[in-house]
Amino acid sequence: MAAVTTELTTAPPKNQGARARSALRFRIGRAVLLVLFALFFAVPLLALIEFSTRSNDLTGPRTLEYWRYIGQDPEIRTALRDSVLLALITSVVALALLLPTMVWVRLRLPKLHRVVEFLCLLPLTIPALVLVVGWAPIYLWIAYFTPAQFDSSPVVLAFAYVILVMPYMYRSLDAGLSSIDVRTLAEAARSLGAGWFTVMARVIMPNMLSAVLNAALLSVALVLGEFTVASLLNYDNLQVVMNNVAQISSGVTVALAAASLMFVFVLLFALSFVGRRRPARVIAEEK
Amino acid sequence: MTSTPVDGEPAARSSRTGRRVPLSWLGVVPFLAYIGLFLLLPTVLVVVQAFADPDGRPTLDNVRALSESYVLTAFWRSIELSFVTALIGAVLGALLAYLLVSGPADGFVRRVATAAAGVLAQFGGVTLAFAFIVSVGNQGLITLLLQNIGIGASGGWLYQMSGLIVVYLYFQIPLMVLVFLPALDGVKPQWREATESLGGNSWAYWRHVAVPLLTPPFLGAFLLLFANAFAAYATAAALISQGGVIIPLQIRAAITSETVLGRENVANALALGMVVVVAVAMALYSWMQRRSARWLR
Repeated sequence: MAAVTTELTTAPPKNQGARARSALRFRIGRAVLLVLFALFFAVPLLALIEFSTRSNDLTGPRTLEYWRYIGQDPEIRTALRDSVLLALITSVVALALLLPTMVWVRLRLPKLHRVVEFLCLLPLTIPALVLVVGWAPIYLWIAYFTPAQFDSSPVVLAFAYVILVMPYMYRSLDAGLSSIDVRTLAEAARSLGAGWFTVMARVIMPNMLSAVLNAALLSVALVLGEFTVASLLNYDNLQVVMNNVAQISSGVTVALAAASLMFVFVLLFALSFVGRRRPARVIAEEK
Repeated sequence: MTSTPVDGEPAARSSRTGRRVPLSWLGVVPFLAYIGLFLLLPTVLVVVQAFADPDGRPTLDNVRALSESYVLTAFWRSIELSFVTALIGAVLGALLAYLLVSGPADGFVRRVATAAAGVLAQFGGVTLAFAFIVSVGNQGLITLLLQNIGIGASGGWLYQMSGLIVVYLYFQIPLMVLVFLPALDGVKPQWREATESLGGNSWAYWRHVAVPLLTPPFLGAFLLLFANAFAAYATAAALISQGGVIIPLQIRAAITSETVLGRENVANALALGMVVVVAVAMALYSWMQRRSARWLR
């Protein structure tokens, strides 16, 4: 354990031989443990990919049939389209609802800051499963007022999903707003004659673009993976259809699971690198 | 807190006349209306309906159903599952976080692991269940490999509590890494140097500095993991398609089977019981967080 310092700090080397030896031992132990962790997390994912490309069991020949089937099955295609649409609508609505409110509260109603924060983070404490029970009667009304041609379209789930993504979006936007000087930006823009819409869309948003992008991508990932609400309210989104297809053909399901996972993985991985690029704090030079 | 859903109009007006103080409240009306309608109303509905019969008359029957033995068993199993996965997840996650922190701060391993933890902590549900079924299920990759080298393995354990524990760890450990990394980063190297310059060895540093400092965030993270496991539904639902082994699955059974007359609102009572457990865990968590924020960060 003594070796930690040699990497954590740049303490002056004393008693070099012993230190170097225990540092080496620590390095090896660290590598072994990291590999074990990596195995635990990698095996299920690799198995997913392996089984989506084998025609029957491990001895069967390689095939991409299941992957091809994803694009052909009408039910899967509808669900994919609906889920992507749902993800976009949810992100846009949640952003449109949260960003102006948060900026407004910062500028005009600092007293409300605590209340808004509490409300936004509340869905972390109330499990989606509990909310579903409460949403059930509300969704009876929504179904009642839905025009016939959109009957049983899962897009109405956006109402619920906005609530589910709110905590994550709030945190991301809050971090973004804290990193810029909202008051000065807004006052400068206002004194130059900008309306509030211009302030939001052309001054504040561009200055915290990475936080906005972060929030949007997070909610896209969350919506694409959502199962609880959709399945219990009887709407067919991507995850629900995936679960249903599992009863018919496990190969297609596995391929679909692998595909959706890869997509979300790439999305969130990209996100972790987007967040690193600090937005320039210089304000009006961009245009 | 008016929940009149006339969203667009006040927002538009407030943007023009928002300078006067009383009118500035209009700026938050759309947000509050939405929250009221889709977050507070459903929550209130759960509570109210838990104490009402299908005709809306007040009753305690639903809550009384909570004391039936099968419900109590499910509650107990849920708590057991959450406790075990939170404990193992917290210990292993803290270990992994420590391994990451002890490497170079901007190194490849740490960046990839942090990004992966962010993905995997959110990862659950159908996809996760499939991933485990094809790895260690009856026809899974590992099961078949073990059988090929002559070890009689079967995947039956995956569809029981033991399986749920392993599968839940798959998102509990990454969540712990995410929550605990900032705490470990908050431990300043200067504190260790201070210990050393005062003559303390490595043991003294851990015993008197690092562990006491890291205990509140560790316990806090444990509580978060507990609540996380207790509230998880999708993974268990995809893995175990029938019955009510744990409370979330009991709620599913109560929602989907509307055959038993007069018991429609039992789901609300179960949900109420669930939210109480989760709320207690989360309240303790935020209390712990405030405590640890004094020193770390």
